Amino acid sequence: MAEQTLPVNAGTVTDSGRVPTVVVDDVHVIYRIHKGAAGGTTPVSALKRIVSRTKAPNIREVHAVKGVSFTAYEGEAIGLIGSNGSGKSTLLRAIAGLLPPARGAVYTQGQPSLLGVNAALLNDLSGERNVVLGCLAMGMPPEEVKRIAPEIIEFSGINERGDFASLPMRTYSSGMGARLRFAISSAKKHDVLLIDEALATGDRKFRVRSEQRVRELRDSAGTVFLVSHSIGSIRDTCERTIWLESGVLRMDGPTQEVCDAYENQK
Amino acid sequence: MANTAVADPESGLTRAQLAGRYGLRVAGERPPLGEYARRLWAYRHFMTAYSRAKVASSLSNTQLGQLWQVLTPLTNAAVYFLIFGLILAQHRNVNNFIAYLCTGVFIFIFTQTAATNGTSAITGNLGLIRALQFPRAALPITVTLVQLQQLLMSMVVLAAIVLLTGEPVTFRWLLLPPMLLLQTIFNVGLSMVMARLGSKVADLKQIMPFVMRTWLYASGVLYPVALLREHLPSWAASILEWNPPLVFIELARYALLDSHQPNMVSSPPKLWALGVFWAVVMGVGGFVYFWRGEKEYGRG
Repeated sequence: MAEQTLPVNAGTVTDSGRVPTVVVDDVHVIYRIHKGAAGGTTPVSALKRIVSRTKAPNIREVHAVKGVSFTAYEGEAIGLIGSNGSGKSTLLRAIAGLLPPARGAVYTQGQPSLLGVNAALLNDLSGERNVVLGCLAMGMPPEEVKRIAPEIIEFSGINERGDFASLPMRTYSSGMGARLRFAISSAKKHDVLLIDEALATGDRKFRVRSEQRVRELRDSAGTVFLVSHSIGSIRDTCERTIWLESGVLRMDGPTQEVCDAYENQK
Repeated sequence: MANTAVADPESGLTRAQLAGRYGLRVAGERPPLGEYARRLWAYRHFMTAYSRAKVASSLSNTQLGQLWQVLTPLTNAAVYFLIFGLILAQHRNVNNFIAYLCTGVFIFIFTQTAATNGTSAITGNLGLIRALQFPRAALPITVTLVQLQQLLMSMVVLAAIVLLTGEPVTFRWLLLPPMLLLQTIFNVGLSMVMARLGSKVADLKQIMPFVMRTWLYASGVLYPVALLREHLPSWAASILEWNPPLVFIELARYALLDSHQPNMVSSPPKLWALGVFWAVVMGVGGFVYFWRGEKEYGRG
């Protein structure tokens, strides 16, 4: 799956021999959000709405990404920055194939894997079981899972303060949960790995280790996307940065330049 | 579809052409049916591990733990026996009412839980769905596998009940595994249909208890199946003969209960034909229906 056959004349393209892994072509993402119990909380108003055939008032459409285009290449680590609600996480989910673009298209090599702090695995199960299930769900063969599971728990560091691996994940602190999820997702070589704020949650020690892991993943010919509000960790891990603002691509270039511009704007 | 007017500045190709040249695929694209089935098969280890983990965790916070796997079906049977056997006195018309009732209850609960738990197979696993990409059909299949493990426990209890109430062991007992196989295939298809419906219509979860209770009364679990013929117009009775849970329950009774032979709702060959029919229709239909919605799961 990781290997792809290149056309013989691939070298003749003037893209300096770089292999694209993600092509985002004029993507617009519009999603509907349920505003919860806003507007009409009584049975009568619900009935009125059905009878008069008006759309539910508590659904609103959000145009989160407005015509973003870029190409990501093999071995790149790309940071995504922008203020809250600028569409960074939405763009990642579109790349992962979890949100359909309303217009435009996202092309990817292999199956991108999205790693977010909100993506809980199975809370009632122990950390160990989560590791095994997570690895199987990523499509690893059982023998490899058995071999790699202790390494994952070791890397996540959840056992540093007693035997937490055998406790259900709902007993974990948010940092521990995020660390374990990062450890599971990064155990497999992904063609494209999408990380949403995961590095910001761990403590200093874990951050250093996970930045190291991101670099390894990138070296093994994958592409890494990193969404973070911590400009520091973007500067440390990414050489290219994309700046989104209100769903529009504001700037795309070397991390140094983009981050400087982003910080000066504030 | 895509706006291909934007050219890649370095290569002079449009973005879509660039993607095509390097064999990139559209993100979140649904694979063809055969490919989907092949991928699903590759996830069989995940499905078995997940269902085992679910069974282990489901009762982990109770005092009696896994003992409930036996106690739950027994309690269920006891409640129905109290109401329909003792209070409404249905037992007078059935030769071995306790075994008759327990067979019906256990077999029906297998299909019932596959349907109700299937409804939340997608909505209850959003964390997993949004984190990892795998064929989503693995989730409703896991639901059925969990129920299958509980059913096998119930079958041990049932065998004891059947023997204790004086039924002989016959060669027909060997018909039970193929019958359960047919019902399992049917349930997998059913929970796939319910999973897709439940992921779209959240209201379904509120309706399911009533649907299932109606279905229970229509499936000849709690009263003698002969009553169907006596009290319903003949066209309604003929329709009810096709009712899948009734078919599977009668097949199980045919296999286990010697005393029930004279009172079967239809002839055994007809029951087998209907059982195979439902397993194929629901198994294949449910799988195709679920596959067609593959792109939608976990969104919104």
